Formats: sequence, C-alpha cells, structure tokens
Amino acid sequence: MAHFGNYEEHCRDFSWSISERELEYQEGRPFNIGWHCSDRICLQGKGNRTALIWEGLGDKRKEYTYTDLRIRSNVVGHHLRSLGIRAEDRVCLFMDKIPELYIGFLGVLKIGAIAQPLFSAFGDESLFVRLDNAQTSAIITQRKHVPKIRKIIDRLPSLKHIIIVDHDGRKELKERETAFDMDSAPAVESLDIHPTHAESPSVLHYTSGTTGQPKGVKHVHYSLISQYLTTKWVLDLHDDDIYWCTADPGWVTGTSYGIIGPFSMGVTQCVMDIGFSADAWYQFIERHRITVWYSAPTAIRSLMKAGDAVVKKYDLSSLRHLASVGEPLNAEAVIWGQKVFGLPFHDTFWQTETGSMMITNYPTMPIKPGSMGKPFPGITAAVLNINTFEPMSEPGQIGLIGFKPGWPSMMRTYWNNEATYRAKFKNGWYLSGDRARTDADGYWWFVGRDDDVINTGGHLVSPFEVESALLEHPAVAESAVVSKPDEVNMEVVKAFVTLKSGYQPSKDLELEIMNFIRKKLSPLAMPQETEFVDGLPKTRSGKIMRRILHAQEWGEEIGDTSTLENDD
Amino acid sequence: MANDKELKDIVLKYVINEYVEDEEEAEEMDFDTPLISGGLVDSFSMVSLKRFLENKYSISIPDDEATPEAFDSVNKIVVLIKKFL
Repeated sequence: MAHFGNYEEHCRDFSWSISERELEYQEGRPFNIGWHCSDRICLQGKGNRTALIWEGLGDKRKEYTYTDLRIRSNVVGHHLRSLGIRAEDRVCLFMDKIPELYIGFLGVLKIGAIAQPLFSAFGDESLFVRLDNAQTSAIITQRKHVPKIRKIIDRLPSLKHIIIVDHDGRKELKERETAFDMDSAPAVESLDIHPTHAESPSVLHYTSGTTGQPKGVKHVHYSLISQYLTTKWVLDLHDDDIYWCTADPGWVTGTSYGIIGPFSMGVTQCVMDIGFSADAWYQFIERHRITVWYSAPTAIRSLMKAGDAVVKKYDLSSLRHLASVGEPLNAEAVIWGQKVFGLPFHDTFWQTETGSMMITNYPTMPIKPGSMGKPFPGITAAVLNINTFEPMSEPGQIGLIGFKPGWPSMMRTYWNNEATYRAKFKNGWYLSGDRARTDADGYWWFVGRDDDVINTGGHLVSPFEVESALLEHPAVAESAVVSKPDEVNMEVVKAFVTLKSGYQPSKDLELEIMNFIRKKLSPLAMPQETEFVDGLPKTRSGKIMRRILHAQEWGEEIGDTSTLENDD
Repeated sequence: MANDKELKDIVLKYVINEYVEDEEEAEEMDFDTPLISGGLVDSFSMVSLKRFLENKYSISIPDDEATPEAFDSVNKIVVLIKKFL
C-alpha cells in the first residue's frame, strides 16, 4: 500500500512536523544528515540490512550493509579530521559513481564539514572556478582525475589536500596528494559526530545561470526534513524495496535522492557505474530485482530509441514504481512506460535551489501525461504575472513558477553571492526561472525556461560560461551560445562564432572547438554544432541578441528587433 | 584505402589523445576496451568522436547508426566506418 493517500487530504492536514516527528527532530538539538543516514538506521536494528549494492565495469561488485555504511563513513570522517579538516570547511567529492562517493559524502557531513560534490566529467576550468569560489580545503578523488587537478593546483592555495582513494603506488604522489583506502583503513567504531544543527551548512552544489560564473547553492542539515518525506511519499519507498536512482551525485538529484533520501529511510539501493546501454540497464534491473526506479527523460528517451524488443528480453516484473526528473517528461515517454513496463513514469519537478521535489506526480494520483503534477503538500506554488509577480488564479494563463519561501530544503544562499540570491525573490516569491500554466484540475504544465540557460539532458549549462570559454580559443573573435532542439536531450548547445582574421571555417576547426570546450568545461557544455558567421546580431549598444539566434533555431517568431544594430 | 589495422590504430590513437587523461588507463587500452559502457566516452562526447570519423574519412554516419553499442569499442567503430567507406 502506498505511503501517500488522497492528495487533497494530505494538503489539508499537512505540516512539516510529520517529517520532524518521524526523524525525531527536536528544535535546538543536534541534527546531522550523516548520522541519520547511517548510525540512526543501525540503532533501529537494521545494521545488517544491505544499504548499497555497487557494480562497476568488468563485473566489479561491492556490497555494504548499514553497519558498513556507519563504520566506513566514520573512517572517512576520522581521516579528514586527522588532516585538520574542521566544521564548515569545504570538502569536494570528485569521483565517478563509486562507493567512496556515497559513503564519503556521509563522512564529510558527520564531521560538520560541507560536502561539495562535483561531476567527475568536468574539465579543469570548470573544476577550478568551483573550487576557487568555494575556497575548498580538500578534494577526494580517483587517480584517473588527478591530472585535471594537477593542472590547476597552483592557482588554488586553499586546497591543502588531494585525497586519492585508489592510489596503487605505481606513480609517485606529488605535493598535497595523499593516498587513502576507505575499505582497508582500520574500522572506526565510534566517531564524535559534530553537533550540527538544523541551520548548519551541509551541501554546496554548483549550478549555472544566464550570466556570471556558476553559483554555489548552500543547503543545510534541516533539508533532510523535505528530502525524507518526499522520498517516502513520492518515490514511495518501503522497507523491502530495492531502489535505483540513476543520477550522478555530482548533481543534486544524486545527493537528495541518490544518497540522503534512500539512506535516511534505511532501504537498499543499487548503483551502476558504467556507461549507458539499454541492455546493461535492463540487465541491472533484472539482476537486482529493482522495484523503484528514478531516472531522467534523456535516459528514458534513449531507452525508447533502443526499441521495445530489447525490453522483452528481460524479466522486469520486479518494477513497481517509476519516476523521472531533470527536464519535462514528454507525454510519449509516460505512455511508453505504461506500454512496455506496465507502469507510467511519474514526473517530478524541482531544482538545485529547492533541494527537494516541489511539483510532482504521486503514486495514488491519476497522471495526465506531460503534466508536472501538483505541488507537494506544504509547498505554496503559484503561476505569477511576469511583470507584477502577482499570482494568477485563472487556469491556462502562462506565467512564472513561484514558490513561497520556507520549505525545509530551500537553499539558504548562493555561496559568496548574496546579491544574486536576493534577486531570486520578487514580491515575496522565490522564482524558479521557469514558466508554466495550470489547468482546471489543478495540474501544472511546464512551458519553458524564463532565461537563456540551456537544459541539456537534465543539466543546466550557462551560455555565458561557454561563450567566455570560446573566446579563449585562438580562432574565435566573438561567440553567442543558444540551445537547439534535440530528440534525446531535449536541448543541446549550439555556438555561433565569428573568426579572427587568418582563420577560415572548416569542419576540422569545428571539431577542434568542440574538443576545446569539452575538455575545458565539460562534455555537456560542448557545442554539438558550431555555425561560423560573418557577424552576430547585436543591439545598438553592442550587446549580442541571443534571443534572435534562439528563435531561429527553434523556428519561433523573432519578435521585436527595433534595437537591432543592423536592422535597416 | 587504409587496412583494418591502420584504421584501428588511427581511431585508438585519437580516442586516447582526446578522451583519456590517465596515462595508466591509456596504456591498458586495446581495440576491445569498452568506450561507452566503460565510461571513457560519454553520450555527449560521442558526438565529437562521430564528427572526427566523418571528417577523417569523408563519410556521413546516420544518427540511427551512431548508437552507444556501435561506438563501444575501436573494433566496433571500425566495423561501422567500413559500412560507409
């Protein structure tokens, strides 16, 4: 039976104290996510329960019980303390989806330090700006990622420790580098958990905006209140579930619902650290008898593309609940899920800044394919007029998505960027940066972003960041970056470039630019197409008009061009 | 036209130069090393690898042929290239 019952009744009777009670939260008393996700589960008598089943390439497999999770996260915390890491120091986790990432995250939180997970495919420049902004003290990583760190270490005086979890002794360690083996280090049965409180900082996730450098979204330990209850009610996890969240903890879904949510409920979760293939994914579900699967539209569309025949090769009858996050889930994907798995995907809408699900579909509520669902109980959401920021109550009107501040997992600020944080609020509402409408039944429908940020495969890419990096390429004189439609990733990055004299457009130059951005920023930010142009559309004051290029790519009306420089 | 071995060597060299940072990992690579399922080349980066092959061999690989499975090793990539040469 689902944890969540009637939507209207839950909304009417709702209070966050439901979650506070279940998590035994007491105002003013220590409250620590790391402890709640490991020690507390053991104290409930579930220490022998499998917490994590991990599989990597080459049939590698590891399993950890909740007792293992408790002891190994103690080991990580103890080791960090021995290096001099203290409460509120930033500790970056820069790893593939290996057990050290999941367990290390809890260890960092246990000593009151701030976990800063970063996507391991980031290039050296992306890594640098995030470590520099956070003034990170230590980074936990794998030897395969060390070359990227060595490229930037001289510019990061605050980074005192590079902790390599799989050092094999074949290469000499350099200054500031140390080897640490989580599994073979002596067990630490008891660790003094730092007495963090509700408002103590916990996690720093970086996200991209239209302008400026990436922003560090600061979350606090109290976020667990939202993350726990949304995991329970929306993902509907029960004691005997085997859960699989496909997200990478370098992004917020991978921490909120790939670590905190499932571990705080004491369920078993599986992690697969190999690249995508439809067969491998279905085999994984079959082998582990996965019951609850939380994935992303890009992955679902890739599976759709692989065809229905491959689904029939596997016994996927263990699945009982499917959900999706990252970008709007198209109606076809919901319907396809119903057709091939006998289960629809439940779309969930939220973002790095909200920390937990905000508008979502529920196991017990009929799905309207293509809809975002309805606001989570306790969340006050409104469609706001784009000029006045006043709520619009009439269904069908398109406006900005706004949330009344105050839910437990709301970000507390952008790191070192309070002004940008404050600018996210208008007329008493937090603005998500997205547009939507509601229908007569109270369901929400996503319309689009309200800015130039590119959502590719569920990850946000800042056009400004890509444009800035492009200008560092020797051939590029000017650049403008917009999204273009993509069947699988919804949007991908497209660059418009003017060249310096002496350079000629060519296919090889386009490839060179692609690889330049891929290595410098990340594969997500790499332009999948570069168009060489003689000039870029600009306002008379010289500002590049991205929206004209965007409209061109999407086949939309170009709109007002009265300020266009060369519009004669 | 280059023979199979030459094709494989060119593709492997390109993959190592462009996608593999770790020297040890590079040393251990061969024509069967899983590229996509092995996490060496992600789905976004696959686009740049496809572009390289198209430029290098003046071919056009249709999107529906450019699957993660078809790009999963140097051996598989060479089979794909030869379809369009």
